[in-house]
Amino acid sequence: MATLEFERPLVELERRIAELKTAIRASGRGGAEFDVEVARLEEKARRLQEDIFGSLGSWQKVQLSRHPDRPFTLDYVQRLCDDFVELHGDRAYSDDRAIVGGIARFRGRSVVLIGHQKGRGVKDNMARNFGMPHPEGYRKALRLMEMAARFRRPLLTFIDTPGAYPGLGAEERGQAEAIGQCLLSMSRLRVPVIATVIGEGGSGGALALGVANRVVMLEFSTYSVISPEGCASILWKDRARGPEAAEALKVTADHLLRFGVVDELVPEPPGGAHRDPDEAARRVGDAIARHLDALAPLDGPRLAEDRYRKYRAIGEFVGE
Amino acid sequence: MSSERSARPQGNLDHAEKVSLGAGVFRRCDGCGDTQLSESFAYGVCPRCGHHERLSAEQWMQLLLDPGSFEPEGEALAPTDPLRFSDGRPYPERVASARRSSGATEAIRVGAATLAGRPIMFGAFVFRFMGGSMGSVVGERLTRLFERAASARRPAVVLSASGGARMQEGIFSLMQMARTVAALGRLREVSMPFVSVLLDPTTGGVAASYALLGDVNLAEPRALIGFAGPRVIEQTIGQKLPEGFQRSEFLLEHGMIDQIAERREMRATIARVLALLLDD
Ligand SMILES: [Zn+2]
Repeated sequence: MATLEFERPLVELERRIAELKTAIRASGRGGAEFDVEVARLEEKARRLQEDIFGSLGSWQKVQLSRHPDRPFTLDYVQRLCDDFVELHGDRAYSDDRAIVGGIARFRGRSVVLIGHQKGRGVKDNMARNFGMPHPEGYRKALRLMEMAARFRRPLLTFIDTPGAYPGLGAEERGQAEAIGQCLLSMSRLRVPVIATVIGEGGSGGALALGVANRVVMLEFSTYSVISPEGCASILWKDRARGPEAAEALKVTADHLLRFGVVDELVPEPPGGAHRDPDEAARRVGDAIARHLDALAPLDGPRLAEDRYRKYRAIGEFVGE
Repeated sequence: MSSERSARPQGNLDHAEKVSLGAGVFRRCDGCGDTQLSESFAYGVCPRCGHHERLSAEQWMQLLLDPGSFEPEGEALAPTDPLRFSDGRPYPERVASARRSSGATEAIRVGAATLAGRPIMFGAFVFRFMGGSMGSVVGERLTRLFERAASARRPAVVLSASGGARMQEGIFSLMQMARTVAALGRLREVSMPFVSVLLDPTTGGVAASYALLGDVNLAEPRALIGFAGPRVIEQTIGQKLPEGFQRSEFLLEHGMIDQIAERREMRATIARVLALLLDD
């Protein structure tokens, strides 16, 4: 398991507790004084966790949102859905594995799912291009959005990408147009759409899956117009000043909830989603189900209108 | 559409030809470096190398719209500072200085107008205003443009020139992508055309929202158009980009735009397209 700098004291303490328990078992002795010591250390670990995670800065949340062990889209799909049938390809060029999608049953409902997908380990990450889609990924998503509309299935999306890939082939094949088409398609869908930010919400490449009736966001996820490093490099010609930029850009879930961009912040299990993926998935699933229930009375045109109004209202300006 | 309108000579550029698009007697071309008589730079195009100098929103209005027909919309809208953003210099100060240096109230001007006698909703970016970046005000003006075009059943014509989203407005600027595109969706529902004119440069959040979704996409010669900026791509792939990459000609070849329109032909091209799509 990968460990972030600020997680280290906690992970160290937990390792010591585990070692102590092993030693006690091995010695075959046990007894009250050992139990008291273990309980004391466990209480200490619990408090340390509260201390660390109760006062995380923006940059630490950015790091958590990118944690290599953080649950990814397929980790949620696997825990939340029965009968997932993955659907591949854009029917034009290729199958972009940085975006996954398909049809499945979620708590008794048939749904269409689309999400960015990062890889686990080097090989998987290469195949998934570190979760940075090419145009064909967005065109696969577009195909699935249209399928959701055609068969009147709610659309659930999962957002977790550093951004759409900025490369030669991506530009040649129309990255900008592909993202624009996703925005247009999502904005007009006559089915319920719930987007969940589970990790990194990296700019337009994230928003392309994010035009939803309700946007749910995990506590330690981020959503931003530009990566903190990208912002720092433009403002100060220094990517190392990402932490400052993260603060200035207000990329964390608490800010986005306050801004009205996000409708619900889902608290993560103690220590972050990666320390208890099952519990994280349960919480995400509960939030999604609740929003689907709330939207159930709306017919197709009203769902599109509800979504239109949501985005129509997002803007900060004065005059008139 | 009325027969009177369709009977008008759509390619008439008389009024535009009279427009003087440069001051001073001599002028140096940014493309080839040659110095020539200012008056030979018709429409801001170098007579020697064909380099298109950037025109202001007002110059484009003079070039494309019927004289006196532009009725601005949303000029009083001004940005706030929702993030209290400062990069050493507070965002409101940057806005104030952009206002002074550009003479515009924000990075786009929009309004009702007529083009070759046809009522349209029109928008033109002000690149000099913070690189034409799209924040809440640009998003609001564009949204109104598309909404009014839909409700008044007028075609929309937008000239884009923008580096993308306005970083200083953070997530609010990102959301303008969704907002403008959703409004464009309303125009599509009433079957009114959107002619998107891509100027140099159109990248980032503007390119990746409504700008490449025109029913007809036109571009100026050699305009830089793309999702990512060339420097970001070069850093990512670790090599120099080939000559002409992300230029209009490249986009035409790759199927992303319909036509490259010379500046002196732009008005006639737009008028023809609208007439062919709308008139009996
Ligand atoms: Zn020249």
